[in-house]
Amino acid sequence: MKIVIVGCGRVGSTLAENLDADGHEVIILDVKTSAFDRLPETFKGAAIRGDGTDAEVLRRSGAQGADIFLSLTEGDNRNVMAAQVATETLAIPQVIAKINDPVRAAAYAELGIVTLCRTNLMVDRVANYLGLPMQTGPGIDIPETSGRDHPHPSSQTIESPVQATGGEPAGRIVPQTDAETARARRLGFRRSRG
Amino acid sequence: MFVIVVGGGKVGYFLARELIGAGHEVALMERDRARAVQVTEEIGSVVIAHDGCEGKYLGQAGANRADIVAAVTGDDEDNLVICQMAKHHFDVPRTIARVNNPKNESLFKHLGVDEIVSPTRMILGSIEADIPVHELLHLAVLGGGELELVEAQLRIGSPAVGVTAGSLELPDGCSIFAVIRDERAMSVRSDTELKEGDKVIGIGRTECEGELHRILLGDTDLLD
Repeated sequence: MKIVIVGCGRVGSTLAENLDADGHEVIILDVKTSAFDRLPETFKGAAIRGDGTDAEVLRRSGAQGADIFLSLTEGDNRNVMAAQVATETLAIPQVIAKINDPVRAAAYAELGIVTLCRTNLMVDRVANYLGLPMQTGPGIDIPETSGRDHPHPSSQTIESPVQATGGEPAGRIVPQTDAETARARRLGFRRSRG
Repeated sequence: MFVIVVGGGKVGYFLARELIGAGHEVALMERDRARAVQVTEEIGSVVIAHDGCEGKYLGQAGANRADIVAAVTGDDEDNLVICQMAKHHFDVPRTIARVNNPKNESLFKHLGVDEIVSPTRMILGSIEADIPVHELLHLAVLGGGELELVEAQLRIGSPAVGVTAGSLELPDGCSIFAVIRDERAMSVRSDTELKEGDKVIGIGRTECEGELHRILLGDTDLLD
Protein backbone atom coordinates (compact mmCIF):
# COMPACT_ATOMS: atom_id res chain seq x y z
CA MET A 1 0.00 0.00 0.00
CA LYS A 2 0.99 3.59 -0.55
CA ILE A 3 1.12 5.51 2.71
CA VAL A 4 1.80 9.22 3.18
CA ILE A 5 3.00 10.49 6.56
CA VAL A 6 3.19 14.20 7.33
CA GLY A 7 5.55 14.99 10.20
CA CYS A 8 8.73 13.03 10.82
CA GLY A 9 8.73 13.18 14.60
CA ARG A 10 9.08 10.17 16.89
CA VAL A 11 5.73 8.69 15.96
CA GLY A 12 5.93 9.53 12.27
CA SER A 13 9.46 8.21 11.82
CA THR A 14 8.79 5.02 13.77
CA LEU A 15 5.69 4.30 11.71
CA ALA A 16 7.57 5.08 8.51
CA GLU A 17 10.41 2.77 9.47
CA ASN A 18 8.09 -0.13 10.26
CA LEU A 19 5.77 0.30 7.31
CA ASP A 20 8.77 0.55 5.01
CA ALA A 21 10.30 -2.59 6.50
CA ASP A 22 6.98 -4.35 5.92
CA GLY A 23 7.23 -3.58 2.22
CA HIS A 24 4.85 -0.65 1.90
CA GLU A 25 5.50 2.37 -0.27
CA VAL A 26 6.09 5.17 2.24
CA ILE A 27 6.29 8.90 1.54
CA ILE A 28 7.17 11.00 4.56
CA LEU A 29 7.19 14.80 4.64
CA ASP A 30 8.55 17.29 7.11
CA VAL A 31 9.36 20.98 6.94
CA LYS A 32 12.79 20.32 8.44
CA THR A 33 15.35 18.09 6.73
CA SER A 34 16.99 17.42 10.10
CA ALA A 35 13.84 15.54 11.12
CA PHE A 36 14.78 12.81 8.65
CA ASP A 37 17.81 11.95 10.83
CA ARG A 38 15.30 9.88 12.81
CA LEU A 39 14.87 7.52 9.87
CA PRO A 40 17.20 4.52 9.64
CA GLU A 41 19.73 4.31 6.82
CA THR A 42 17.87 1.30 5.51
CA PHE A 43 14.73 3.39 4.83
CA LYS A 44 13.78 2.89 1.19
CA GLY A 45 10.82 5.25 1.01
CA ALA A 46 10.75 8.91 -0.01
CA ALA A 47 11.65 11.56 2.58
CA ILE A 48 10.62 14.94 1.25
CA ARG A 49 11.09 18.36 2.78
CA GLY A 50 7.90 20.32 2.31
CA ASP A 51 4.68 21.65 3.77
CA GLY A 52 2.15 18.84 4.06
CA THR A 53 -0.78 21.29 4.11
CA ASP A 54 0.02 22.39 0.57
CA ALA A 55 -1.84 20.34 -2.05
CA GLU A 56 0.76 21.21 -4.68
CA VAL A 57 3.63 19.99 -2.49
CA LEU A 58 1.72 16.79 -1.74
CA ARG A 59 1.06 16.18 -5.42
CA ARG A 60 4.70 16.76 -6.31
CA SER A 61 5.68 14.34 -3.58
CA GLY A 62 3.62 11.66 -5.24
CA ALA A 63 0.87 11.57 -2.63
CA GLN A 64 -1.88 11.28 -5.22
CA GLY A 65 -3.39 7.84 -5.28
CA ALA A 66 -2.19 6.99 -1.77
CA ASP A 67 -4.25 4.54 0.26
CA ILE A 68 -3.57 6.03 3.68
CA PHE A 69 -2.66 9.52 4.84
CA LEU A 70 -1.42 10.18 8.38
CA SER A 71 -0.98 13.73 9.60
CA LEU A 72 1.24 13.62 12.68
CA THR A 73 2.94 17.01 13.04
CA GLU A 74 3.18 18.86 16.34
CA GLY A 75 0.44 21.31 15.36
CA ASP A 76 -3.17 20.23 15.75
CA ASN A 77 -4.35 22.78 13.24
CA ARG A 78 -1.72 21.88 10.70
CA ASN A 79 -2.83 18.26 10.99
CA VAL A 80 -6.46 19.24 10.57
CA MET A 81 -5.69 21.24 7.46
CA ALA A 82 -3.42 18.60 5.94
CA ALA A 83 -6.09 15.95 6.57
CA GLN A 84 -8.74 18.02 4.85
CA VAL A 85 -6.48 18.70 1.87
CA ALA A 86 -5.83 14.96 1.65
CA THR A 87 -9.53 14.13 1.78
CA GLU A 88 -11.02 16.91 -0.30
CA THR A 89 -8.31 17.75 -2.80
CA LEU A 90 -6.45 14.47 -3.21
CA ALA A 91 -9.40 12.16 -2.44
CA ILE A 92 -7.25 9.82 -0.34
CA PRO A 93 -9.66 7.24 1.07
CA GLN A 94 -8.26 6.82 4.55
CA VAL A 95 -7.06 9.85 6.49
CA ILE A 96 -5.99 10.11 10.11
CA ALA A 97 -5.06 13.33 11.90
CA LYS A 98 -3.39 13.66 15.27
CA ILE A 99 -5.30 16.23 17.29
CA ASN A 100 -4.11 16.52 20.87
CA ASP A 101 -6.81 18.93 22.02
CA PRO A 102 -9.69 16.61 22.99
CA VAL A 103 -12.37 19.20 22.15
CA ARG A 104 -11.02 19.75 18.68
CA ALA A 105 -10.47 16.01 18.22
CA ALA A 106 -14.11 15.28 18.99
CA ALA A 107 -15.29 18.15 16.81
CA TYR A 108 -13.32 16.99 13.79
CA ALA A 109 -14.28 13.38 14.30
CA GLU A 110 -17.82 14.63 13.82
CA LEU A 111 -16.68 16.36 10.66
CA GLY A 112 -15.63 13.00 9.27
CA ILE A 113 -11.92 12.91 10.06
CA VAL A 114 -10.45 10.02 11.98
CA THR A 115 -8.69 11.67 14.89
CA LEU A 116 -5.93 10.44 17.12
CA CYS A 117 -5.74 12.19 20.48
CA ARG A 118 -2.58 11.71 22.51
CA THR A 119 -4.09 13.48 25.51
CA ASN A 120 -6.94 10.99 25.71
CA LEU A 121 -4.67 8.03 24.99
CA MET A 122 -2.29 8.92 27.81
CA VAL A 123 -4.90 9.88 30.36
CA ASP A 124 -6.60 6.59 29.65
CA ARG A 125 -3.38 4.61 30.11
CA VAL A 126 -2.44 6.43 33.31
CA ALA A 127 -5.93 5.93 34.73
CA ASN A 128 -5.75 2.27 33.81
CA TYR A 129 -2.36 1.79 35.38
CA LEU A 130 -3.41 3.49 38.61
CA GLY A 131 -6.71 1.68 38.62
CA LEU A 132 -8.54 4.98 38.98
CA PRO A 133 -11.69 5.61 37.00
CA MET A 134 -11.31 8.74 34.86
CA GLN A 135 -13.47 10.22 32.18
CA THR A 136 -11.66 10.46 28.88
CA GLY A 137 -12.64 10.76 25.30
CA PRO A 138 -11.55 8.12 22.81
CA GLY A 139 -7.87 7.93 21.89
CA ILE A 140 -8.87 7.20 18.33
CA ASP A 141 -12.15 8.78 17.36
CA ILE A 142 -13.79 7.29 14.34
CA PRO A 143 -16.50 9.35 12.73
CA GLU A 144 -19.94 8.08 13.57
CA THR A 145 -21.15 6.72 10.30
CA SER A 146 -24.24 4.69 11.03
CA GLY A 147 -27.70 6.13 11.25
CA ARG A 148 -26.59 9.42 9.75
CA ASP A 149 -27.56 11.22 6.59
CA HIS A 150 -25.04 9.60 4.29
CA PRO A 151 -25.22 6.34 2.43
CA HIS A 152 -22.20 4.35 3.58
CA PRO A 153 -22.66 1.74 6.27
CA SER A 154 -20.50 1.94 9.35
CA SER A 155 -17.34 -0.08 9.53
CA GLN A 156 -16.29 -1.10 12.97
CA THR A 157 -12.94 -2.50 11.97
CA ILE A 158 -10.24 -0.38 13.51
CA GLU A 159 -7.64 -2.92 14.53
CA SER A 160 -5.64 -3.18 11.38
CA PRO A 161 -6.08 -1.14 8.27
CA VAL A 162 -2.70 -2.47 7.15
CA GLN A 163 -1.73 -6.09 7.18
CA ALA A 164 1.63 -6.72 8.76
CA THR A 165 2.77 -8.56 5.67
CA GLY A 166 1.97 -5.65 3.42
CA GLY A 167 -0.98 -6.90 1.43
CA GLU A 168 -4.42 -5.50 0.99
CA PRO A 169 -6.08 -3.65 3.84
CA ALA A 170 -7.55 -5.96 6.45
CA GLY A 171 -10.30 -3.47 7.08
CA ARG A 172 -11.09 0.14 6.44
CA ILE A 173 -11.19 2.53 9.34
CA VAL A 174 -13.97 4.46 7.73
CA PRO A 175 -15.53 4.14 4.32
CA GLN A 176 -14.49 7.62 3.27
CA THR A 177 -14.75 7.11 -0.42
CA ASP A 178 -15.15 10.57 -1.82
CA ALA A 179 -15.44 14.21 -1.04
CA GLU A 180 -19.21 14.00 -1.20
CA THR A 181 -19.37 11.54 1.66
CA ALA A 182 -17.16 13.79 3.69
CA ARG A 183 -19.39 16.72 2.93
CA ALA A 184 -22.47 14.78 3.86
CA ARG A 185 -20.81 14.03 7.14
CA ARG A 186 -20.02 17.66 7.66
CA LEU A 187 -23.66 18.49 7.28
CA GLY A 188 -24.40 16.01 10.01
CA PHE A 189 -22.15 17.90 12.41
CA ARG A 190 -23.54 18.34 15.88
CA ARG A 191 -24.89 21.75 16.69
CA SER A 192 -24.25 22.87 20.21
CA ARG A 193 -26.30 26.04 19.86
CA GLY A 194 -29.85 25.59 21.12
CA MET B 1 -23.83 42.85 16.40
CA PHE B 2 -21.54 40.64 18.46
CA VAL B 3 -18.26 39.94 16.74
CA ILE B 4 -15.48 37.68 17.99
CA VAL B 5 -12.13 38.63 16.53
CA VAL B 6 -9.40 36.01 16.90
CA GLY B 7 -5.82 37.22 16.63
CA GLY B 8 -4.62 40.40 18.32
CA GLY B 9 -1.97 41.45 15.84
CA LYS B 10 -2.24 44.67 13.85
CA VAL B 11 -5.19 43.48 11.79
CA GLY B 12 -7.10 42.16 14.80
CA TYR B 13 -6.36 45.23 16.87
CA PHE B 14 -7.51 47.75 14.27
CA LEU B 15 -10.52 45.65 13.34
CA ALA B 16 -11.61 45.43 16.98
CA ARG B 17 -11.09 49.16 17.44
CA GLU B 18 -13.13 50.04 14.36
CA LEU B 19 -15.94 47.70 15.37
CA ILE B 20 -16.09 49.14 18.89
CA GLY B 21 -16.09 52.63 17.38
CA ALA B 22 -19.06 51.64 15.23
CA GLY B 23 -20.95 50.52 18.33
CA HIS B 24 -20.62 46.76 18.01
CA GLU B 25 -19.98 44.33 20.83
CA VAL B 26 -16.54 42.83 20.45
CA ALA B 27 -14.47 40.05 22.03
CA LEU B 28 -10.85 39.93 20.92
CA MET B 29 -8.95 36.70 21.51
CA GLU B 30 -5.16 36.80 21.68
CA ARG B 31 -3.22 33.83 23.02
CA ASP B 32 0.00 35.74 23.74
CA ARG B 33 -0.51 37.09 27.24
CA ALA B 34 1.89 40.03 26.92
CA ARG B 35 0.29 41.14 23.67
CA ALA B 36 -3.16 40.71 25.21
CA VAL B 37 -2.23 43.01 28.11
CA GLN B 38 -0.87 45.58 25.68
CA VAL B 39 -4.04 45.54 23.56
CA THR B 40 -6.23 45.71 26.67
CA GLU B 41 -4.45 48.89 27.70
CA GLU B 42 -5.25 50.41 24.35
CA ILE B 43 -8.83 49.35 23.64
CA GLY B 44 -10.18 48.27 27.01
CA SER B 45 -11.29 45.04 28.59
CA VAL B 46 -12.66 43.23 25.57
CA VAL B 47 -9.56 41.07 25.29
CA ILE B 48 -9.55 37.39 26.19
CA ALA B 49 -6.00 36.11 26.69
CA HIS B 50 -6.61 32.62 25.32
CA ASP B 51 -6.15 30.61 22.16
CA GLY B 52 -9.21 30.96 19.93
CA CYS B 53 -8.42 27.62 18.30
CA GLU B 54 -9.36 25.83 21.50
CA GLY B 55 -13.03 25.02 21.50
CA LYS B 56 -13.27 25.57 25.23
CA TYR B 57 -12.07 29.17 25.08
CA LEU B 58 -14.00 30.01 21.96
CA GLY B 59 -17.06 28.88 23.90
CA GLN B 60 -16.11 31.02 26.88
CA ALA B 61 -15.80 34.03 24.60
CA GLY B 62 -19.47 33.58 23.73
CA ALA B 63 -19.19 31.88 20.36
CA ASN B 64 -22.64 30.34 20.68
CA ARG B 65 -24.25 33.78 20.52
CA ALA B 66 -21.79 35.46 18.13
CA ASP B 67 -23.07 36.89 14.87
CA ILE B 68 -19.66 36.87 13.24
CA VAL B 69 -16.32 35.22 13.96
CA ALA B 70 -13.35 36.81 12.20
CA ALA B 71 -10.13 34.77 12.27
CA VAL B 72 -7.27 37.13 11.44
CA THR B 73 -4.16 35.46 12.84
CA GLY B 74 -1.00 35.13 10.77
CA ASP B 75 -1.39 31.36 10.43
CA ASP B 76 -3.73 30.01 7.80
CA GLU B 77 -4.26 26.66 9.47
CA ASP B 78 -5.30 28.41 12.69
CA ASN B 79 -7.73 30.65 10.83
CA LEU B 80 -9.26 27.63 9.10
CA VAL B 81 -9.76 25.74 12.35
CA ILE B 82 -11.20 28.78 14.14
CA CYS B 83 -13.77 29.28 11.39
CA GLN B 84 -14.67 25.61 11.17
CA MET B 85 -15.06 25.29 14.94
CA ALA B 86 -17.15 28.48 15.00
CA LYS B 87 -19.34 27.37 12.15
CA HIS B 88 -19.86 23.72 12.92
CA HIS B 89 -19.48 23.53 16.66
CA PHE B 90 -21.05 26.84 17.66
CA ASP B 91 -23.30 27.46 14.67
CA VAL B 92 -21.99 30.97 14.08
CA PRO B 93 -23.87 32.38 11.08
CA ARG B 94 -20.92 34.13 9.47
CA THR B 95 -17.24 33.31 9.51
CA ILE B 96 -14.44 35.34 7.97
CA ALA B 97 -10.87 34.10 7.57
CA ARG B 98 -7.72 35.95 6.72
CA VAL B 99 -5.86 33.84 4.15
CA ASN B 100 -2.17 34.65 4.06
CA ASN B 101 -1.18 32.19 1.36
CA PRO B 102 -3.22 32.84 -1.81
CA LYS B 103 -2.94 29.13 -2.62
CA ASN B 104 -5.34 28.45 0.24
CA GLU B 105 -8.13 30.73 -0.99
CA SER B 106 -10.14 28.14 -2.88
CA LEU B 107 -9.53 25.45 -0.27
CA PHE B 108 -10.97 27.65 2.50
CA LYS B 109 -14.03 28.44 0.41
CA HIS B 110 -14.45 24.77 -0.35
CA LEU B 111 -14.17 23.86 3.33
CA GLY B 112 -17.02 26.16 4.25
CA VAL B 113 -15.49 29.46 5.36
CA ASP B 114 -18.05 32.14 4.42
CA GLU B 115 -15.72 34.98 3.53
CA ILE B 116 -12.05 35.05 2.86
CA VAL B 117 -9.81 38.08 2.99
CA SER B 118 -6.50 37.73 1.21
CA PRO B 119 -4.04 40.49 2.13
CA THR B 120 -1.38 39.08 -0.18
CA ARG B 121 -3.77 39.23 -3.12
CA MET B 122 -4.81 42.76 -2.19
CA ILE B 123 -1.24 44.01 -1.97
CA LEU B 124 -0.43 42.38 -5.30
CA GLY B 125 -3.47 44.04 -6.82
CA SER B 126 -2.58 47.50 -5.67
CA ILE B 127 1.07 47.18 -6.67
CA GLU B 128 0.03 45.97 -10.10
CA ALA B 129 -2.09 49.07 -10.41
CA ASP B 130 0.99 51.20 -9.81
CA ILE B 131 3.58 49.50 -11.96
CA PRO B 132 3.41 49.16 -15.71
CA VAL B 133 1.95 45.71 -16.06
CA HIS B 134 -0.71 47.33 -18.21
CA GLU B 135 0.10 47.70 -21.84
CA LEU B 136 -0.86 51.36 -21.73
CA LEU B 137 2.05 53.21 -20.16
CA HIS B 138 1.73 56.65 -18.68
CA LEU B 139 4.58 58.76 -19.99
CA ALA B 140 3.68 62.21 -18.69
CA VAL B 141 0.88 64.36 -17.40
CA LEU B 142 0.32 67.59 -19.30
CA GLY B 143 -2.00 70.57 -19.17
CA GLY B 144 -2.09 70.72 -15.37
CA GLY B 145 -3.34 67.16 -15.02
CA GLU B 146 -6.00 67.31 -17.69
CA LEU B 147 -4.05 65.53 -20.37
CA GLU B 148 -1.95 62.42 -20.41
CA LEU B 149 0.78 61.28 -22.72
CA VAL B 150 0.55 57.52 -23.11
CA GLU B 151 2.27 54.74 -24.98
CA ALA B 152 0.60 51.53 -26.15
CA GLN B 153 2.57 48.59 -27.43
CA LEU B 154 0.56 46.65 -29.97
CA ARG B 155 0.69 42.88 -29.86
CA ILE B 156 -0.69 40.02 -31.89
CA GLY B 157 -4.42 40.28 -31.59
CA SER B 158 -4.51 43.96 -30.64
CA PRO B 159 -7.51 45.43 -32.50
CA ALA B 160 -5.45 48.29 -33.97
CA VAL B 161 -3.00 45.98 -35.75
CA GLY B 162 -3.46 46.15 -39.54
CA VAL B 163 -5.67 49.20 -39.28
CA THR B 164 -4.81 52.64 -40.67
CA ALA B 165 -4.57 55.40 -38.11
CA GLY B 166 -7.23 57.44 -39.87
CA SER B 167 -9.83 54.72 -39.52
CA LEU B 168 -9.49 54.43 -35.75
CA GLU B 169 -12.51 55.93 -34.02
CA LEU B 170 -10.64 57.72 -31.27
CA PRO B 171 -12.59 59.41 -28.51
CA ASP B 172 -13.08 63.13 -28.82
CA GLY B 173 -10.04 65.06 -27.64
CA CYS B 174 -7.60 62.21 -28.16
CA SER B 175 -5.00 61.87 -30.82
CA ILE B 176 -2.19 59.55 -31.72
CA PHE B 177 0.70 61.33 -33.32
CA ALA B 178 3.74 59.09 -33.35
CA VAL B 179 4.76 55.48 -33.68
CA ILE B 180 8.01 53.92 -32.59
CA ARG B 181 8.77 51.09 -34.97
CA ASP B 182 12.11 49.22 -34.99
CA GLU B 183 13.39 51.79 -32.53
CA ARG B 184 12.76 54.64 -34.94
CA ALA B 185 10.17 57.28 -34.32
CA MET B 186 7.84 58.18 -37.17
CA SER B 187 4.92 60.50 -37.33
CA VAL B 188 1.48 59.07 -37.83
CA ARG B 189 -0.60 60.12 -40.80
CA SER B 190 -4.13 58.99 -41.50
CA ASP B 191 -2.86 56.35 -43.95
CA THR B 192 -0.22 54.92 -41.62
CA GLU B 193 -0.98 51.24 -41.09
CA LEU B 194 -0.31 50.10 -37.54
CA LYS B 195 1.69 46.93 -37.02
CA GLU B 196 2.36 44.38 -34.35
CA GLY B 197 5.17 45.60 -32.08
CA ASP B 198 4.46 49.27 -32.75
CA LYS B 199 4.64 51.59 -29.80
CA VAL B 200 1.86 54.07 -30.41
CA ILE B 201 2.24 57.42 -28.69
CA GLY B 202 -0.93 59.29 -27.99
CA ILE B 203 -2.29 62.17 -26.02
CA GLY B 204 -5.71 62.62 -24.56
CA ARG B 205 -7.90 63.60 -21.66
CA THR B 206 -7.36 61.44 -18.59
CA GLU B 207 -10.91 60.08 -18.60
CA CYS B 208 -10.48 58.77 -22.16
CA GLU B 209 -7.81 56.31 -21.13
CA GLY B 210 -10.13 53.32 -20.90
CA GLU B 211 -11.61 53.99 -24.32
CA LEU B 212 -8.17 54.48 -25.86
CA HIS B 213 -7.05 51.22 -24.30
CA ARG B 214 -10.01 49.39 -25.74
CA ILE B 215 -9.49 50.75 -29.26
CA LEU B 216 -5.76 50.13 -29.41
CA LEU B 217 -5.28 47.06 -27.23
CA GLY B 218 -8.67 45.50 -26.66
CA ASP B 219 -10.48 44.69 -23.46
CA THR B 220 -7.90 42.48 -21.82
CA ASP B 221 -5.26 44.51 -20.13
CA LEU B 222 -2.81 42.19 -18.44
CA LEU B 223 0.38 41.04 -20.00
CA ASP B 224 0.74 37.29 -20.22
